[in-house]
Amino acid sequence: MNTLFSYLIILLAGLLFGIGLAISGMNDTHVVQGFLDVFGQWDSRLIFVMLAALIVTLLTFPLILKREKPIFDSLFHLPKFSQIDRKLIIGAAMFGIGWGLVGYCPGPAIASISYGYWQTAVFIVSMLIGAFVCNKTTS
Amino acid sequence: MVELTSSDFFLAALGGSLIGISAILMLYFIGRIAGICGITFSLLDSNEINKPWRWVFLLGLILGPMLVHQIYQLPIPDAPTDNIPLLILAGLITGFGTKLSNGCTSGHGVCGIARFSSRSIVATITFMLFGFISVYALKHLIGL
Repeated sequence: MNTLFSYLIILLAGLLFGIGLAISGMNDTHVVQGFLDVFGQWDSRLIFVMLAALIVTLLTFPLILKREKPIFDSLFHLPKFSQIDRKLIIGAAMFGIGWGLVGYCPGPAIASISYGYWQTAVFIVSMLIGAFVCNKTTS
Repeated sequence: MVELTSSDFFLAALGGSLIGISAILMLYFIGRIAGICGITFSLLDSNEINKPWRWVFLLGLILGPMLVHQIYQLPIPDAPTDNIPLLILAGLITGFGTKLSNGCTSGHGVCGIARFSSRSIVATITFMLFGFISVYALKHLIGL
């Protein structure tokens, strides 16, 4: 896990994720709000981004997870919890509302840091505070 | 509807594919889900071990757009809304909500669905639905 090669792979994964968000328009809050605005000027791009990503992962994840372990670790770190509970629904609903209000979800917000907008910084700091408060107040 | 060019669609599909490939690299090599919330918010947890890889991933996430806008002369997106209370409220509930439901668009939407996780499928439908409601209320009822 601590090999240089594993860190290079992780850096590459981060780069590809960021490049993917940037070229597909997902770092643009107006494009994302346009997708969520089904009764306005609907922008269908997000659905193509999500479908393309899903086709890639749906075809490969089952094969990868058939392996005993990943290359650089002794086990797959997957969520063990499988129950659909109130926390999941309430949390996802809160996120959906926040997502619509500004057009940022966590990935694009962080990937937009280099654009240098103060709005992005205000959103990210608030988001970290929100996650921190959730961590402290719910078990 | 917004009129999109074939280049918009091509870049959307290519961008989505790159995100999918990023998720493959993370799962195949280090056995982790490429979920931005999980990767980022675990940094707030002082007990979390194996921290450095999270910073490395986030570094790539920030550098990637920087490089691609520079190299391909891709226009920088317009600034988000400058309504400060709205930015703070949206940030707070996005952080709280994604932490509470253990994932966002990447962790639940892209990786979770590919693992056929019923939690992720329910979460994705829920945040999409509330995203639609939120924008409808914001743009068409409140008019912001």
